[in-house]
Amino acid sequence: MRAIRKKRLGLILLMVAGVAVAVGLTLMALNENINHFYDPTQIKAGEAPDNHIFRVGGMVVDGSVRRNEGDINVEFGLTDYKESVTVRYSGILPDLFREGQGIVALGKLDSEGVFVAEEVLAKHDENYMPPEVADSLKKSASADK
Amino acid sequence: MNIFMKWFHRLGSPPWFYNISGKLIPWFAVTTILTLVVGMYGGLILAPADYQQGDSFRIIYVHVPAAWMSLFIYIVMAVAGAISLVWRMKMADVMLISSASVGASFTFIALVTGSLWGKPMWGTYWTWDARLTSELLLLFLYFGIIALYNAVEDRQTASRAVAVLTLVGVVNIPIIHYSVEWWNTLHQGTTVARMDGPAMDSSMLWPLLTMAVCFKLYYIWVLLVKARAELLSREINNGWVRELVGGKANG
Repeated sequence: MRAIRKKRLGLILLMVAGVAVAVGLTLMALNENINHFYDPTQIKAGEAPDNHIFRVGGMVVDGSVRRNEGDINVEFGLTDYKESVTVRYSGILPDLFREGQGIVALGKLDSEGVFVAEEVLAKHDENYMPPEVADSLKKSASADK
Repeated sequence: MNIFMKWFHRLGSPPWFYNISGKLIPWFAVTTILTLVVGMYGGLILAPADYQQGDSFRIIYVHVPAAWMSLFIYIVMAVAGAISLVWRMKMADVMLISSASVGASFTFIALVTGSLWGKPMWGTYWTWDARLTSELLLLFLYFGIIALYNAVEDRQTASRAVAVLTLVGVVNIPIIHYSVEWWNTLHQGTTVARMDGPAMDSSMLWPLLTMAVCFKLYYIWVLLVKARAELLSREINNGWVRELVGGKANG
């Protein structure tokens, strides 16, 4: 490689590295804001904002979903397997909402520490399989117990 | 000079490229259509429904290959940009700018199909999580590259500016890929390219990989067609183009 080309290549690498460092530092500084949601442990630790709308994400606790007769109010527990919070919501839940499913809720904490949600979104995981495979996985999991 | 360098220099020669690409285009067109038929049949008919999402998951056969292409094409453009800046190779400029609109289209398709899937599954068309936002930024980068190229009159100056912009934007590519690991996102994690193997049943996976191959072939096909057109318009005053056009007019 001729000297001039080496120099140009060096300049390009320097430029890309410089931009990468600048963007990296910015993202690290903004880390808190880029996270789409807080988990229940962070809420219990008081990291979530008071009197301010934010998102909480976690798994719907098995057997915790309680629907009111006659209206669309629903209450359920949300856990990250360490801590959990109670979520209250009034509205239509997405198709994927079920017990044991990951969800993200947008709303505020009330004075009793209950999370009052304005919006509930289901979070899908990265696993794809046909129903028969899911069934046999479940069976083998319960056989292990 | 080794074979690779010889090939590299030949690729830099417009008449040679014009000639060889004309012969290659039909092959890429045929293989694109073949893999499309096989992939679509496998994905829409042979693959079983998902245990949670039912038939809605089938949008993955367009969404995921399109999203992969949106990243892949950008990386190709960044490499072309670096070659153009270091070796001042005309063909690299042509490849870069001819790829931009294809990349923008794939990014757009990934965003729209994801949004359509998001409404029934997540409960919303759009959310500002790290994956969605960085992919949207990629679309704007593609638009910026196309706009900048067309805004500058002189082709050589335009190409150089576009190469620099492309290389600056390449920082976004690892951010898109790792966004689902680095931050809490609504978008799910990586299914296929995982250390412990794909988290997808093989009956669903093969049509997805077939579609990924199909989209790659389609990209090469369209790239060759667009690069030829771009080359002719750039080299309009060169001997080989005149010979080509004149020869055809006389014959």
